[in-house]
Amino acid sequence: MSTTVLTVDDSRAMRDMLRHSLVAAGFRVLQAEDGVHGLEVLETEFPDVIVTDINMPRMDGFGFIEAVRRDEARRGMPVLVLTTETDTEKKMRAKLAGATGWIVKPFDPVKLVDAIRRVAA
Amino acid sequence: MDPMAAIRETFFQECEEQLAELEAGLLAMENGTAEAETVNAVFRAVHSIKGGAGIFALDALVRFAHVFETALDSVRSGRLDPGPGVMNLLLRAADVLADLVRAAREGAAVDESRTAALVAEFGQIGEAGHGEAAAPAPAPAAVPAGSGGGVFFDAPPADKPVWEIVFTPAASLYAKANETALILRELRRLGPITVVLDDSRLPELSELDPEGAYLSWKITLDSDCDEAAIYDVFEFVEDDCTLALTPPPKPEPALVPGAVITGDNGFKFEFFPPVAPEEEPEPAAMKLAGAAAEEHPVAAQAKAGPVEAMAAKAEAAAAVSATIRVDLDRVDRMIDLVGELVINEAMLSQRVMEAGINRASGVAMALEELEHLTREIQDSVMAIRAQPVRSVFQRMPRLVREVAAQTGKQVRLVTEGEGTEVDKTVIERIADPLTHMIRNAIDHGLERPEVRVAKGKPAEGQVRLTALHRSGRIVLEVADDGAGINRERVKQKAIENGLIAPDAQLSDEEIDNLIFLPGFSTASTISDISGRGVGMDVVRQSVVALGGRISIASKPGQGSTFTLSLPLTLAVLDGMVVSAAGHTLIIPLGAIVETLKPKAADVFPLDDEINVIRLRGGYVPMIDVAGSLGYGAAAIDVEQSVALLVEGEGGVRAVLLVDAIHGQRQVVIKSLEANYRAVPGIAAATVMGDGRVALILDVDAVVKTTRNDAARAEGLRPDAAMMEAG
Repeated sequence: MSTTVLTVDDSRAMRDMLRHSLVAAGFRVLQAEDGVHGLEVLETEFPDVIVTDINMPRMDGFGFIEAVRRDEARRGMPVLVLTTETDTEKKMRAKLAGATGWIVKPFDPVKLVDAIRRVAA
Repeated sequence: MDPMAAIRETFFQECEEQLAELEAGLLAMENGTAEAETVNAVFRAVHSIKGGAGIFALDALVRFAHVFETALDSVRSGRLDPGPGVMNLLLRAADVLADLVRAAREGAAVDESRTAALVAEFGQIGEAGHGEAAAPAPAPAAVPAGSGGGVFFDAPPADKPVWEIVFTPAASLYAKANETALILRELRRLGPITVVLDDSRLPELSELDPEGAYLSWKITLDSDCDEAAIYDVFEFVEDDCTLALTPPPKPEPALVPGAVITGDNGFKFEFFPPVAPEEEPEPAAMKLAGAAAEEHPVAAQAKAGPVEAMAAKAEAAAAVSATIRVDLDRVDRMIDLVGELVINEAMLSQRVMEAGINRASGVAMALEELEHLTREIQDSVMAIRAQPVRSVFQRMPRLVREVAAQTGKQVRLVTEGEGTEVDKTVIERIADPLTHMIRNAIDHGLERPEVRVAKGKPAEGQVRLTALHRSGRIVLEVADDGAGINRERVKQKAIENGLIAPDAQLSDEEIDNLIFLPGFSTASTISDISGRGVGMDVVRQSVVALGGRISIASKPGQGSTFTLSLPLTLAVLDGMVVSAAGHTLIIPLGAIVETLKPKAADVFPLDDEINVIRLRGGYVPMIDVAGSLGYGAAAIDVEQSVALLVEGEGGVRAVLLVDAIHGQRQVVIKSLEANYRAVPGIAAATVMGDGRVALILDVDAVVKTTRNDAARAEGLRPDAAMMEAG
């Protein structure tokens, strides 16, 4: 059973890019368009790692991570934040919300895969 | 398609959507109709474009988007008041961003001075990071592969020490789903390690908090890496642990892979060397732009496994959305095939009828069912291509801003009916006519602000753009509240240019529509705006080529309304099947006002060329269709003919004489130009149920022959040879 990654990003191009990179690395990929959609996917799926964007409509990355951490069954899932934010404030907010780690965009697939392997059990 | 190229294409498509959202949001903010979420959506649009542009290393785009985004963030957080000046700047920035996106898409050069000027303006409002136009600094290329970035620390390079690390996680580390074993594994990638577990703080099981943190690790690392590389391993957890990092007094013997962890309680854990050497790619190879991912080192690192099966699963997961994107070629292919199906169905019906099969028979009933189904399939396929005109309407605010700025006029654009749907091919082709109509409305229609005020009108003029469906067509209106058409000047101009006779008696409506004649220009001086565009006659021609009509209605002092009416689709047509001199012709149903049986006593010769027919007290020019198309010179018997009262564009009426009417039917339009060549008087062709080609009459062109334009009538003779080819 290969590692399953849930990617949450409102940009289709970014989702395509993530899927492309992750599938090439042998991961199974699930996709969601925003935090709300991500939580819906989590109702039936149990990914090994979640990669989420911060700025999204309906529910942003902070809210999404907090919701994951509140969920008794899913609080142990590693969540990586995929963000263009380089300022430490956003990163700190993501950490406070419970993010496991982060990947700064523009990512390259090697670093992405690397970051996922760092947190995936 | 190369997967990277496909993703790039998706990115640009998405950019267009985001640009549209950006502009709509900014306009709402400007009009004061913005909701709280609008500012966020505007910010997100720019942010997403920046993020995507980063993937493809579109640096100019990233840099500008970054400055723009910074300003928007200030607005969002309330640090910058979006007053008229700021809104104007933001709108112009949106225009520049759109240009940068398009330039990036086409690989074209951009006008750096425009970008730089706007960046400077952002700097002046003090919100562009103190004028700093740079994008977030890319991670230094020298960062060791396998690290998470390394940009947040400024550790001095160390000279080949052997490290001793004490790592003590806090409970928050575990709460964030970090895993200490994985961090240690990560550390091992820097070099051989020994790990000693310190579990001295571990309480009795009865007192143990399952979410507490009690363990600590002492690690020695034999690596010539620098301090930053080690911190990088702990990058995710730096705030959730205590980390003591010291170079030991003397180097310890290096441990080969297979390092052993030994706990104080005798617990042992051995790290096995990796199965395959994990070769790290050069940082330079990490740039993604254009690289085919199949060749990318990631693929080499891929776990052994059925990658393709995974890809299929990923595809399935991606299909959560309720919409799909389909390549247009596939839809077009389907439309073509359905067109063929319609023709085949008609042929089959005709053959069955010819065979004398009873209409109540099972075959005939089944055939009727087939006909219904075929129509439904055709409608459904057409509906796939239908799109709201919104995409075109959304381009117009920018145009209005630009033309307003160039002409020094104040204009407000109001749009209605953006959700009106029409075939994609029609949408693509209405943008140009609409652009010209709107340019014209602002340039020629609206008065200058001071003139408007003097007339008691608001200084700001209004241009209203409306789309609606009317009797199977889409109608687009561009209405301004300007001065209206100066009929005296138009008529004078038309006489000067020899377009009408000096003594011509024209109705107001006819005068207004003179502006569509070739060689007419209403502006006494050619302005910058109209000068670089095309005349209204070219607009009219392009509309007519689409099977559309354009007309203008004007009220002096109150404004003008251009009305553009187009078929909803360019693929099928509702037509009347008629015959003239033994040839089958299709007359578009939309042009036919009524059919009548003419009486010889009602026909009067006007001159050698033209007859008129009396119709309810008025006189309408009468055209023998067969004669005008050059089918035969034989004088036709009016009493034996059928007359069709038709209306061309601009409301010009004429009566067409044909031999007989065979009924209405929907026909599939086949371009004559694409398959043969353009023929005057003929709009297109179609294939009838019996397999023969029938020509679709160009009513406007035929009606024109009544306008005393003998030269044009001469041109209206289709090649006789091609008739046989049908």
